Amino acid sequence: MFNLFKKKKYPSYWQKHIDAVKNSRNYSNYESIRFVCLDTETTGFDYENDRILCIGAVAIKNNKILVSDSFEVYMQQEVFNKETVKIHGIRRNGTEKKVSEEEAIIQFLEYLDDAVIIAHHTKFDLTMINNALKRLNIGPIKSKQLDTNYIHKKIAITNKFKKLYSLDELCEIYNIKMHDRHTALGDALLTAYVFLKLTYKYKKNNVLNLTNLINTNYYLNK
Amino acid sequence: MKNTIAERIFDFLKDYPPFNLISKETLLEVSKRIEIQYFEKDQIIFNQNDTPHEHFYIIYEGAVRLYRFIDNEKHNLDICDEGDLFGLRPLIMQENYLMGAAANEETILYGIPISLFNGIILNYPKVSQFLIASFATNTRDPFSDKHKGKLFANVSSIQKIENSFAETQSAKYSKNPITCSIETSIKEASMIMTKHIINSIIVAKDYIPIGIITDKDIRTKIGTGIFSIFDPVSKIMSSPVVTFPEKITVAEAQIALLKHKVSHICITKDGTDKSELVGILAEHDLNILQTNNPMFLVREIKYAQDAETLKHIRTKASELTKGYLEQEIPIYFITKVITEINIAITKRIIRLAIKELGQDPPVAYAWLAMGSQGRSEQLLMTDQDNALVFENVDEDSYLQVKEYFLKFATLITQKLHIVGFEYCPANIMASNPKWCLSLKEWKEQFKDWVKHPTSDKILLSIIFFDFEYIFGDKELYNQMSESVFKYISKKQTFLGFLSKATLDNPPPLGFFKQFLVEQDGENKDHFDIKSRAIRPLVDAARIFSLHHSLKVNNTIARYEKLMEVESQNKDLFESCANAFKILLQFRTLQGLTNNDSGKFVDINNLSKSDRLKLKSCFKPIKNIQDSLKLRFNVSQIP
Repeated sequence: MFNLFKKKKYPSYWQKHIDAVKNSRNYSNYESIRFVCLDTETTGFDYENDRILCIGAVAIKNNKILVSDSFEVYMQQEVFNKETVKIHGIRRNGTEKKVSEEEAIIQFLEYLDDAVIIAHHTKFDLTMINNALKRLNIGPIKSKQLDTNYIHKKIAITNKFKKLYSLDELCEIYNIKMHDRHTALGDALLTAYVFLKLTYKYKKNNVLNLTNLINTNYYLNK
Repeated sequence: MKNTIAERIFDFLKDYPPFNLISKETLLEVSKRIEIQYFEKDQIIFNQNDTPHEHFYIIYEGAVRLYRFIDNEKHNLDICDEGDLFGLRPLIMQENYLMGAAANEETILYGIPISLFNGIILNYPKVSQFLIASFATNTRDPFSDKHKGKLFANVSSIQKIENSFAETQSAKYSKNPITCSIETSIKEASMIMTKHIINSIIVAKDYIPIGIITDKDIRTKIGTGIFSIFDPVSKIMSSPVVTFPEKITVAEAQIALLKHKVSHICITKDGTDKSELVGILAEHDLNILQTNNPMFLVREIKYAQDAETLKHIRTKASELTKGYLEQEIPIYFITKVITEINIAITKRIIRLAIKELGQDPPVAYAWLAMGSQGRSEQLLMTDQDNALVFENVDEDSYLQVKEYFLKFATLITQKLHIVGFEYCPANIMASNPKWCLSLKEWKEQFKDWVKHPTSDKILLSIIFFDFEYIFGDKELYNQMSESVFKYISKKQTFLGFLSKATLDNPPPLGFFKQFLVEQDGENKDHFDIKSRAIRPLVDAARIFSLHHSLKVNNTIARYEKLMEVESQNKDLFESCANAFKILLQFRTLQGLTNNDSGKFVDINNLSKSDRLKLKSCFKPIKNIQDSLKLRFNVSQIP
C-alpha cells in the first residue's frame, strides 16, 4: 500500500529532464529563453500504431536561429509503411545512421534541456514523442510548448476561424522559401523562420513574453 | 552528426565568393556555426559607430542598405543583395562600424562567427585578397560620387590593378626593322622599301639608328626635284630619330608621336639613340589598336565596297558596345554611337544598291527606319524595320516608279541581312509593297489607322509612329510626320486606344514582389525584359509625345522633352527615363553575354545586385501606367 505513494524511481535522463524544466530560471527574460523548433517524420498518423523515424530540431535564442545548436536523429523501427516513404524518403535500410528509439529519446531529452518547444501542429509531434516515452514507462514531456499555428491565428487579421493552417500555407503567407520540405530538420527550420516572423509581428501589438505566447495555445499547456 | 540545415547553408555559401575559395570540409564547418537572423523592412542591423558584433553577415534573402551619416546627413552608400557580405571589415580591423546597416526589405541573414573566420583568412590567401577587393568595392556609392573612395585607404591601389585601360597596355611594334647604311643611295633605299612593302627605312650603323626615311621624305624631297635619286640617304633622312625603350605604352607612344611631330619611333635596347635598334613603331601600329574607335569605324564604312565588309565592321561595333558597357559609359552615349554606325551602314548600303541597279531613283524618296532603330535604341543586332516613301507621281508612271523602289528596297534589305540585321518576321520592310508607298498613300494610311483603331491597326501604328529619317529627301519625311500629328490632334481618343493596348502589359511584379516569369514554352521561368519592362516605358513615352506633337523618337529624349513641357510631372518622367536607361543597359549586357537579343532574362542566374536593380525599375512603370489610364480615359475605351 505504502509503495503506491512512494516516489517512483525514474531513469536518470528522465529525472534530469524534469529537473531542467522545473529549475530553469530562463523563462522570465525573453532574450535568455532557449526555444527548440522541432519536427518529426513518422510512419503514419496513427498515434498508437505508427512510430517516429526521425526527430529534427534547431534552437532559437534572442531571435537568432543557431545552426550550431541543432539536432537530428534517425531511429530504427519495427513498424514500416512504404506509403509514407514517398513523403519523408527515409527507407527501412537507408544510409542514415539509425539508433534505437530509447537511445534517440535519451539524446533528444538531453538536447532539449530546459528549452521551450515550438512546432507546427505541436500536438501531433508531442503525442508521438509522448507515446514513445510511454513505451519506456516515462513521460509525458514536461517542457513548455508553443504552436506556430496558434500564434498565427492570434495575429492573423482575417480568417480567424479558419481551420488549422498547414506549414506550407504559413510559408506562403509569410513569404518563406521552402527547402527540404518533409525532412524533420528542414521542416524544423521552416518552423523556426515562421516563428521569427510571427514573433516580430506579434510584438507590434502585444507584449512579447513567454506567458502571452503560451496563452495563444491554451490547450497545450494546461 | 548529420545536419541537414548546415548542408543547405553549405549549398548556398559555396556559390558565393569568398566561400567558393574555401575547401569543402572547412566550409561545412563554417556552415554548422551559422546564426540565422530575420529582419523586417527598415529594421536596423547595426548602427554606425556601434561596437562590432561577433558575426559578420551574408544576405540569404532580401536586401540590406548600408548608410553613413556625414555632417548629420544620411548618405546611402550601397544596397547589398543576396549573397553579398557586409559588416566584416570592422571585425577584422577591430574597430567600430563605419556604416550603419538596415534591412531594405524583409531580410534573412546568415551570421558567420568572426572567430572562425580569422583562421580561414590566414590560411587562404585568395580569401584575404578577395576581402581586400570587396572592401574597396563596398565603397561604390550608387547615389553620389562625392564620397567615392574616401572610406577605405586602399581603394586607389586596387582600382589601379583593375582598370587596365588600353592606354596603359604596352604598344605593339614591328621587330627587326629593315635598315640600310648611310652610304646607300635613295634609289636603292626606295627599292628595298618597295620590295618589303614598308613605308619607312631606318638608316643605321651596326644596328645603331642614325636616321629614318619615310614615304613622305621621298614625296617631298625627291618628287619635288630638290634631291636626286642618286644622292645618298643621308641627304634626306630625318636625324636624329626619336627613340624609346622596349616597354613603351600606347599612351606614351601617342604622346611621343604628337610631341615630336613624327610618324615613327625607333625602339632601342636602352631607349637612347646610342643603343641597339630592336624595332620600329609607326603611327599605323597605334591605329590598329584603335580601330575600335567609332570615328574610325564610320570612316571605314564610307569606303566599304560590299555588304561583307560592312558585316565585319558591324561586328567590331558590337565589340565596341561591349567595351563601352564594361567601362560603364552612359547608355545614352552608347546608343548614339551605335545608332550613328547603323545609320552610316544603311546609308552606305543604299548607295551601293543604287550603284548595283545602275539606274538612279526616278523620283525623290526617303528611306525610313521604324521601331527601335527609328527610336535610336538599337544596341544589338535586332530585326530590320524599315519603310520607304516616294514623291507623289501621276497614275501613268506610278506602277513603273513603284516597281523600281521595290527592287531597290529588296536589294537594300538583302544587303542589310548580310550585314546581320535579320529580316523582320512581320515583314515590316520597305521591300513589302504595303510599306513602299507614295507620300499621298502614306498619309491615307495614317489617317485610316487613327480613325479606325482596330487592334491590328494599333499594332502597326505603334511601330510606324516611331519612324525616323535615314536617307533621301527629308521633306517627304517631314510631311509624313506632320500628317500624323494633325490626325491625332483631331482625334485624341486614338491615344486612349494606344494606352489601352500598352496597359495589357501590367507592371512586372507579382503580389509577393516576385518576378512575373513566363509560364510555359521555351522561355519558361524566364523574365521577358523586353515586353514586360522596356516596352511599357517606350509605349508610354510615345503616347505622351504624340499627345504633345513632339517630334522626337528616342525614348530617353522623349522623357526629357516631356519633363520640359509637363514640368508638373517632371519627377515621374525623370524616373521613367532613369528606369529605361538601366533596363536598356541590362538588356544589352544580357544580350552580349548570351549572344542573343537579350529579350529574356533568366532570373535564377541573375546576380544579387542585378535582381535588385531590375526591381527598382518597376515602380516607375506602374506610375506611368496609372497616369496613362487617367489621362487618356482608358476606362472609356471599349
